[in-house]
Amino acid sequence: MTTLKTALNVHSKEFRTNVDSMAAIVADLREKASEIRLGGDQRSRAKHLERGKLLPRERVRQLLDVGAPFLELSQFAAYNVYGEDVPAAGIITGIGRVMGQECMIFANDATVKGGTYYPLTVKKHLRAQEIAEANHLPCIYLVDSGGVFLPRQEEVFPDRDHFGRIFYNQANMSGKGIPQIAAVMGSCTAGGAYMPAMSDESIIVRRQGTIFLAGPPLVKAAIGEVVSAEDLGGAEVHCRTSGVTDHYATNDGHALSIARRIVGNLNRVKKQPLAVREPVEPLYDPSEIHGVITTDTRKPYDVHEVIARIVDGSEFDEFKQLYGTTLVCGFAHIWGYPVGIVANNGILFSESALKGAHFIELCSQRGIPLIFLQNVTGFMVGSKYEAGGIAKDGAKMVTAVACANVPKFTVITGGSYGAGNYGMCGRAFSPRFLWIWPNARVSVMGGEQAASVLATVKRDGMEARGETWSAEEEELFRKPVRDMYEHQGHPYYASARLWDDGIIDPADTRMVLGLGISATMNAPVGKTKFGIFRM
Amino acid sequence: MFDKILIANRGEIACRVIRTAKRLGVRTVAVYSDADADALHVALADEAYHIGPSPARESYLLSDVILDVAVRSGAQAVHPGYGFLSENAGFAEACATAGIVFIGPPCAAIRAMGSKSAAKDIMGAAGVPLVPGYHGQEQGTDFLQTEADRIGYPLLIKASAGGGGKGMRVVARSADFGEALAGARREAMSGFGDDHVLLERYLTKPRHIEIQVFADSQGNALHLFERDCSIQRRHQKVIEEAPASGMTTSLRGQMGAAAVAAARAINYVGAGTVEFLLDEDGSFYFMEMNTRLQVEHPVTEMITGLDLVEWQLLVASGEPMPRAQEQLEISGHAIEARIYAEDPLREFLPSIGKLRHLRTPAESTHVRIDSGVRQNDEVSMHYDPMIAKLVVWDCDRSSAIRRLRQALAEFQVVGVTTNTVFLGSVAAHPAFAAGEIDTGFIERHRTALFPEAVPASDRILALASLDLMLEREVEAGQRAHSSSDPYSPWHQTSGWRLNFDNHHDLHFIDGEQAVTVVVHYRPGGYLLDLPGGSLFVRGEGNAGGELLADLGGMRVKATVVRSGNMLTVLDQGKSHLLIRHDPGAAGDEDEAAAGRLTAPMPGKVVAILVEVGTRVERGTPLLIMEAMKMEHTINAPCDGAVAEFHFEVGGVVNEGAELLDFTAEVTSI
Repeated sequence: MTTLKTALNVHSKEFRTNVDSMAAIVADLREKASEIRLGGDQRSRAKHLERGKLLPRERVRQLLDVGAPFLELSQFAAYNVYGEDVPAAGIITGIGRVMGQECMIFANDATVKGGTYYPLTVKKHLRAQEIAEANHLPCIYLVDSGGVFLPRQEEVFPDRDHFGRIFYNQANMSGKGIPQIAAVMGSCTAGGAYMPAMSDESIIVRRQGTIFLAGPPLVKAAIGEVVSAEDLGGAEVHCRTSGVTDHYATNDGHALSIARRIVGNLNRVKKQPLAVREPVEPLYDPSEIHGVITTDTRKPYDVHEVIARIVDGSEFDEFKQLYGTTLVCGFAHIWGYPVGIVANNGILFSESALKGAHFIELCSQRGIPLIFLQNVTGFMVGSKYEAGGIAKDGAKMVTAVACANVPKFTVITGGSYGAGNYGMCGRAFSPRFLWIWPNARVSVMGGEQAASVLATVKRDGMEARGETWSAEEEELFRKPVRDMYEHQGHPYYASARLWDDGIIDPADTRMVLGLGISATMNAPVGKTKFGIFRM
Repeated sequence: MFDKILIANRGEIACRVIRTAKRLGVRTVAVYSDADADALHVALADEAYHIGPSPARESYLLSDVILDVAVRSGAQAVHPGYGFLSENAGFAEACATAGIVFIGPPCAAIRAMGSKSAAKDIMGAAGVPLVPGYHGQEQGTDFLQTEADRIGYPLLIKASAGGGGKGMRVVARSADFGEALAGARREAMSGFGDDHVLLERYLTKPRHIEIQVFADSQGNALHLFERDCSIQRRHQKVIEEAPASGMTTSLRGQMGAAAVAAARAINYVGAGTVEFLLDEDGSFYFMEMNTRLQVEHPVTEMITGLDLVEWQLLVASGEPMPRAQEQLEISGHAIEARIYAEDPLREFLPSIGKLRHLRTPAESTHVRIDSGVRQNDEVSMHYDPMIAKLVVWDCDRSSAIRRLRQALAEFQVVGVTTNTVFLGSVAAHPAFAAGEIDTGFIERHRTALFPEAVPASDRILALASLDLMLEREVEAGQRAHSSSDPYSPWHQTSGWRLNFDNHHDLHFIDGEQAVTVVVHYRPGGYLLDLPGGSLFVRGEGNAGGELLADLGGMRVKATVVRSGNMLTVLDQGKSHLLIRHDPGAAGDEDEAAAGRLTAPMPGKVVAILVEVGTRVERGTPLLIMEAMKMEHTINAPCDGAVAEFHFEVGGVVNEGAELLDFTAEVTSI
């Protein structure tokens, strides 16, 4: 293999400037993540603990193998969306190891609005189920939720991808042999009652977990029966009488140890089909990526410097190195897994798109996972390129990306604009995972470009009507456009709405990719059948 | 010399005898009880025969069964070791009748020394100095009171047939005599079936000095110098040394001559020990003669370079002793410490159980270990709970003490409580170093020798925590190795989290206290939040099971032995037990299901308190068992009824055995 040589000077002023500005961005990311990690406010948490319950992150910790990584998903879900704090959208989801097996964990956070489902809670829950289904990961639901957040029921209850989809997914995953395990550690009311009931095996914590279709107030209203929550749907009822739950736990810790035991009895073997080899750390420190990338997305950098800090031994066998050079394609290993890397190194031309389509075909044919490193302003514009058929060449790449059935991973490392987002396996193209760096921006085009386009249209209109538009007035017009694009293109904004699976420190890219690739290996790699490539 | 001998004993002394026999090319026959079927002495011997159930009186004390084995196996002689049949004249006689050599003195000599009062009469007649006292047959209470007042106080009442401290009383003044006498008689009666007592002047600061004697059937008798066995607790020897500190040549000569005279007085043959009390003024008095090889004989071997078992075999086969008195000399200084499975902090109660971890110091010219057990052997309630004898030798006493302290610190035993730390305290005591020793040493220095149980130090907690985290790493590595996805980062144990640092809580029970150590994952190691502050630790285990730890830059070698939830940290010669407490783990299973109630330790069921099927409330006592002289009550775990008792009153119960089945009542909440 070819070892990448770095051209980076870690002592240069530019490097240090980049490191400093990225450090500030990453520090902000970690600070916000730390706030989100706390969950609900101090009072709710104290009340939760008083009841003898563990906080959701502690539940996750005790459920997982000691020291095992936890690949949290959608950490920033609902961040600054609802005008009130709903940290992590009130549910923790992520992949972690239980008894040596990668599982999808769902943990409602009852300290956040009673663990009720906001629209983005549902979206986050469904996204985790989608990942579990695609990658055959057993699902463990740690249920502690009041169900649908009633004030927003219209955005939570009725539609296809709303609350009911959770149970549809459970049934279908169970049908595919993807185990569904629920531990009821708090309320589990109404629709929520189906969460344990739809599971393959379920656990309930005594004097803490309750399951019923209608809670005591509703029962009283409907049929006049006065009954306590515990007598209506507590552990004694469901373990001894109704059979809704299978295992009786005396407390949270006990419930989690039973869940671990259940996973231990699943009889699953991971059949990892890739030709792996012993991993080697990159020759260059992954944290140096901070110094490679400029936080101004308009400033280019050589993506080889990033690849050299992600792949095993910084070894990268480039494909068509001399052709379509604005798209870098090549084979490498990450954590010992063979991967095909598709990375932007400038604007996309016809040649780059053709090269990309060809390379994606190679990887699909060989069953090699694909990694897209996205930093793209889009495809080249202008009459020369339109006439050259850039639209049909771009379409070839988009077809290849859409149809390739190997696990695909996308990391947005800089700008993600326009059709470039599509060609580079954006969210709409269902990569198994999509992560975003905190310096990145996602929008149909850059804020400056959007402001220019809109200003040009407006100026043309005004000039047609014989009006004049001063530079100052134009700037007053352009600024809010730029600001809006900046705001909505920001990773916090994007991640809050689940346009990605999480914001990651660039230095963690190798780890996150390794965990992701390994997790996808729980499902067999399917055959690819491409659509028509327009010639 | 014999071709084949039978060793009518077990444990370390059986192994010790076999070792010499092997060296001399003498074949060995071992005998064993049920409990000893897999014992070391059985493994070492050329042949071994089962002789009965575990209790000694049903196996090692059955002289006819053992003699039958001797005859069947073709053994020409029987070595009785110490204890058991070693001073049983009847057995010696039966051997002679069966045509088998008893490796010990003639039975007449055993008999003569068997009764303490008779022994003193003989010795008095032979001119051996005696402690002023009364050793007569008249046992009337009033008469004994008069005799006691004549001898003077403090005064010692001893059972004539006694030994090992049973039936002994020290009386400070005349008024207390009556009550003490009654107590001594009661114990003597129950212990030996004979309530005869003798009275003696009680020396306030006596030293226990004994002389090793040897005699052959050619009429030669000599002594192999003295041993100082003054460090005793409740008349049990704890540390023995040779030579005695401060011993002069002339006193040694006098005592040696007295001892040889004693041996000659009873036509002694073989190895024997004459015990004297040495008063502060240098006068010494005959106490008793042990007609067997002593537990502490190795210290004599270490300073003389001789093998006393070899001498025993030579003399028993009719040969003369290999050396004469003038050919013997003392070289250096030897100390023996008896490593016992016992708890010094609980009145030296025997501590029985499985030796889950046993590591002894390396043997060398300076260090000798006589042991009869291996790792994973049981220390059972049936026999003496001695684990090993640690014997050290060096050129002089202070060097030998240094060796002793070092070796004691290297002794690692997990599974039972041992006296090694206590022995270490004795060896480290300045009075011991100064040779200021007498039989009251341990009592006098009690506060210094029995330190209060201390809470686990940060160092201990750090070692335990590190060991647990390293165990995870090893397990993860093994799991990775056997996985179809061997290089997956999911195998990592660094607790990786997205965008924030992670930690892990380790909960320990330390004595009565709960302690939590928060473990923060850091590159290359762990940052621990300990009671005394934060500490960065890292380390690795080596092949020997040792933990090589780096505690905040300090390199430490320690051992942590894990067994279930128990962690024993062996560090700096001390052992500290921590219980791993997993909130919510398995313990709750019993609460959820109907309880099965198990014995907390091995012992005996002494009472059953409820009837099967009778409804009882939570907490009602159901059964009492006695273990290690303490009663343990088994209570109802919840409302319900006993379905079945698995043992009857008097039943012997192993640790963890299920005592009864309990059916819980279904309660609604």
